[in-house]
This record gives sequence, structure tokens and C-alpha cells, in this order.
Amino acid sequence: MVGFRIKRIIKLGIKSLWMHRLRSTLTALGIIFGVSSVIAMLAIGEGASRDAQEKIAQLGSRNIIIRTVQPPEDKSVAGQQQILREYGLTYDDAERFQNGIPGVQVIVPNRRISQQALYRNKRAAIEVVGTVPWYPEISSVKTKFGRFLSSIDMHYKTAVCVVDDRVVKEMFGFDDPLGQDIKIGTDYYRVVGVATESAGGKNEQADKDATGAKKAAGANVGNIYIPVTTVKDRFGETTLQASSSTGMSLERIQLQEIIVQVKDTELVLPTRQSVETLISRFHKKNDYEIVVPLELMRQARDVQRIFTIVLGSIAAISLLVGGIGIMNIMMATVSERTQEIGIRRALGAKKRDIVIQFLSETLLLTLSGGILGIVLGSAIPFAVSHFSQMRTVITSGSLILAFGISTAVGIIFGLYPACRAANMDPIESLRHE
Amino acid sequence: MIDYRDTLTFEKGRPVLVMRNLAKSYQLGTVELQVLRDINLTITSGEYVAIMGPSGSGKSTLLNLIGCLDRPTGGEYLLGGQNVSTLDDNQLSTIRGAYVGFVFQSFKLIAQLNIIENIEIPMYYQGYSEQESAARAMELAQMVGLGERTRHRPSELSGGQQQRVAIARALANDPLIILADEPTGNLDSASGTDILKILDRLHSQGKTLIVVTHDEHVAARAQRVIRLLDGRIVKEEINQR
Repeated sequence: MVGFRIKRIIKLGIKSLWMHRLRSTLTALGIIFGVSSVIAMLAIGEGASRDAQEKIAQLGSRNIIIRTVQPPEDKSVAGQQQILREYGLTYDDAERFQNGIPGVQVIVPNRRISQQALYRNKRAAIEVVGTVPWYPEISSVKTKFGRFLSSIDMHYKTAVCVVDDRVVKEMFGFDDPLGQDIKIGTDYYRVVGVATESAGGKNEQADKDATGAKKAAGANVGNIYIPVTTVKDRFGETTLQASSSTGMSLERIQLQEIIVQVKDTELVLPTRQSVETLISRFHKKNDYEIVVPLELMRQARDVQRIFTIVLGSIAAISLLVGGIGIMNIMMATVSERTQEIGIRRALGAKKRDIVIQFLSETLLLTLSGGILGIVLGSAIPFAVSHFSQMRTVITSGSLILAFGISTAVGIIFGLYPACRAANMDPIESLRHE
Repeated sequence: MIDYRDTLTFEKGRPVLVMRNLAKSYQLGTVELQVLRDINLTITSGEYVAIMGPSGSGKSTLLNLIGCLDRPTGGEYLLGGQNVSTLDDNQLSTIRGAYVGFVFQSFKLIAQLNIIENIEIPMYYQGYSEQESAARAMELAQMVGLGERTRHRPSELSGGQQQRVAIARALANDPLIILADEPTGNLDSASGTDILKILDRLHSQGKTLIVVTHDEHVAARAQRVIRLLDGRIVKEEINQR
């Protein structure tokens, strides 16, 4: 009985919507765009958020990264020729962190130098990373083939290297890089392993797209890992810098970064304090910066929350506008169908029947708009990802939210016109022509 | 839903409609406009009654009260023994749907619905099943001679045909009274006569008919003519046939 009534009501609703096809479509458009923009905006927001989170997570949530930066005093006197500028983190700093801070698990001192690499007749700009054997443990760098650097390499300062897969792609082509010799700077190094910077297939995709741009800009194609002791011996600590404003200058930097890892994420912030206290005592020039991925992650999450709220609000407003449009149309429909309401009332329709009739029309309109909106809203993020390489993630939550809101909009904005219809005086509305 | 049919008596010769000292007034600002007063009227089952009067005499108001579209401001109105002057809007709607069949001057069919669907409306609100109401609507359409045109819209029919659809619709729930407001007012004389013949036929089948008109030819077909003037019943005539 109830099922039959619902079926009749839906049939009646579809019929009267179908009779005003153009009007129904235009009205539903408001909801379609509202719902699809909610889904698309949340998908873009979520994608950006996950991207940021993953990039930060690659830095390691238990890590504290201390980096060498050019001290501000040096920058201000850059106009005056300085023959040798000496700044940055030192091996002593690494030792101090190791010995002076409790709770520290791993210390990785890294030296980074831009160099030219040559394999057969292939030349490419790469970055030499002088590092330690346990670097993969605390970073997203993982050994793909062969092995990573070993403590024996460190001790004997051997001329071995681990190349990353971007370098392999660029320089070795189809050759097996393992066991090959590659010339970096003035010396040859034997490739003992291939490393990859993990983050799943998506990053590789991004790298693939990015390589072309990078090559054109003359940036590094990838990293080559060499024992930090070897780097210290072979490349020294002094580099010649050429710049248009200052001309030639010499810089002496021992280490570009030191990564400190603690046992537990809860120790990250207290340890950061200790690191800061310790380092500030020895570096008066302010030639370092401390990066805490965990903090970045939290900040990113906060930013993301605001981002989501703003995007969600914009989309919700568009839904609201759609809802007002629906109410407007339903009001017009009600006044247009005044006589019909009068006839129905005279023939035995209760107020409730009239409310149900008009509300079901509004609901049919918003629900079908909602479904089409979900279809369109799911397609937009794909298009965005395809054309702008921006990552998008559609969550089931956003689908449910959008559909729920459109239903709510239907009920809220449909109720008033429906009640107005029901409360019309049957005699007056019968007389209405 | 309360089934009022159990409490109502509608066998032939028993009163279906009783009005005692019925009054209706409207409040227009501070002025009270008395539209109907001292209406005492009894209509028995199977009767054919015409209500006549010049415009402004309160015909339409009386019609609305009889049809339970409005409530009196004074007196008592019993439809089949049930005092309907105290019922709320919901109950009035139910009574209206079940016991009153309306035929209007301007037909009042819903333009978007076809003939069958128009006839089905009263049954829809009484909770008939889809099959039941479709079958009955078809039967009624055939009864008024429109069995061939059931899928047509009202705009595709002549005035006389539309009024026949309206009569079929009025019969849908097998009502106690059929209330016709100037049923021939919008029709040419041939179609008008046609409609009056149908009404005569209904009367001969035992239906209670109340026709509001200012056309003496229409009133002449009724058994009893009630004349209204300035909101009062001034004359009641029995037609001898």
C-alpha cells in the first residue's frame, strides 16, 4: 500500500517534471554544478594534501634535518669581493649531535656537490651526494639493484658509487649499470648499485614528465651517492662559485646537511630544541636551518584543513544558490498550478498530499541533479589530473556529503513552496484561472 | 483513515444532508458580511434538487458549504448524520473525497493529464490500487461515452466531452451527493442538453443530485427548486412531472 503510493507519487512527479523538461533541466543544472563542484574541489584539495603529506613523509617523520644555508651577513656584503667564504655545518657538528644529545638514533652527514658525469659519450649534470651507508634507513632512498654503500667503502674511501634510477635512464639507456665505470669530475667510480627514491608509481610519472623540463633548465638529472669520506678526499671542501653579480668566489663548506633521527616521533620536538641549543653555541653566523618534517606535516595538515573549508564553503554556496533557484522555480510552479491544487483539494486531497506532491517533485529534481552532479564531479578531477598533472583524490566521504547536501537542499528549499501550496484556500485556488 | 461510510446512512428516502439554521459570514476588516443566514434544508437520498438565485444571493457559498470546501460560521450541517461543521481540514478532505462529487461550470480538468488520469484523481486520494482505479476509470469513461478517447488530453476534447469527463470523475468514488455548479453554463445548447440527459440518467439510477443554476430550463428538470435571495431561502418549489 505504502509502496504503491510512493510509486504513484514518484510517477506523478516524473510526469509533471517531464512536462516542463526545459525548466526542470535548467533548475537541476544548479544542483548538478553545485554537487560536482563540491566533489571536484574536495578531490583537488585532497589530492594536494596527500601530495604534500607524501613529500613531507619522504623526509621522514622521525627526522630532524639541519641544513647549511648562506649566512645573512655574507649576503649583505656580497657586493664586496670576498675571496673565500667559509660557513656551514661541519663534521664536528655531526659528532656533537651524536655524542651530546640523548635519544638520537642515527646521524647522517651529507655533502652535496653539483658535477658533470660522463659514461661512454653521454654527459649529464648530476648531484654528487656524499653520504653514509645507513642513509637508506632514514630516507626514502632505497636500493633497487646491487647494494648501497658499505662501511668498508667508507673506511677505505673507495671509488664506488650508487646511481639513482633517473641517472640510469638518462645515461645508461639499455646498458646494465652495475659494474660499469662512470666519470664524475676528474675521477672514475664503479657503479655498485642502483637506488630509487620511493613514493610509488606516481612520482616516477611526475619525474618522467619533469625530466624534459629539468634538462632544458640545465638542472641535475639525478643523484649519485658516493661515500662521504671519498667525497671529502676527492672533491675537497672548497668549491668555485661563479655568479653574475659577484663574479668568482670560493666557498668552503664541509657538509650540506645532517639528518638526525630519533627513536620516536614524540622525541622529535624536544630533540629539535637540543639540536638548536647545541648548534647555536657553535654557529654564531646563523648559517644553518633546521627543518622538522613532522612540524611541516602538521602545518601542511592545518593549511589543508583551511583549504578544504574554503573550497567546501565556496562549493556549498554554489549549492545554496542552486537551492534558491529551485525554490524560486517551485514557487513559480506552485502559483502556476494554483487551480490544479484547488481541483485536487476539492477531489479529496489533504494538505499532506499536496505537500508530498510538490516536495517529491523538488526531491526528484535535486536527487537526479545530485546523481548527475556526482557523475560530472567524478569526471572533473580526472580531467584536471590529465591536463594539469595535478593529483586529485575522490573520497567516498565527499560523494556522500555532496549527495546528502543536495538532498537536504531539496527538502529545505522544497518544503516552503510545498507548504505554501498546501495552505492555499481550496475555494480561492479553484476560482484561480 | 476513518471510514465515515459506516456511520452514514444513505438508503433511498433517508436524509443525506441536513442544514439547521446554517449561517456563513465573512469578516471584512471591521465589517461582518453576512452571506448566508437561517438556512434550513434537508435533502433526502435520491433527490434531484436545483438551487437558484441571482448573483450575490449566496449560491456559491452554499455550494461550498454543501461540498465541505468551507465551514459554516453558525448552525449545524449534517452530511449523512455526521456533523461536519466541527471537522478539521483533514477530515473534511476525506469526507469531500468520499461523499461529494463535484461538477464545475468550467470543467476544471487538469490539462496535463489524460482523460483516464483525470478520472483517477479522486480514487488516488482514497487509496485505490492502480489496477482498481484504472479499471474503474475506464468503466466510467465508457459510461459517459468517451471509451474511445481515454488517452486524449482535455484540450483535445469539445466542451461537452470535457464536462462528461468531469461527470465521470465526480462519480469515481461513488459519492453520496453529486454537486454540479452551472454544469451547462459553458456549453452550447446541444451539448448542454446532452449533459442534462446524463444527469437525468444518474438521477434515475438513484444518485442524489444538487445543481446550482440560474437557468430555468436546467432547474425545470429537478424535483425540487430552492430559491435563494440575499443569503436566505425565500422559496421552495416542487416540480410536478
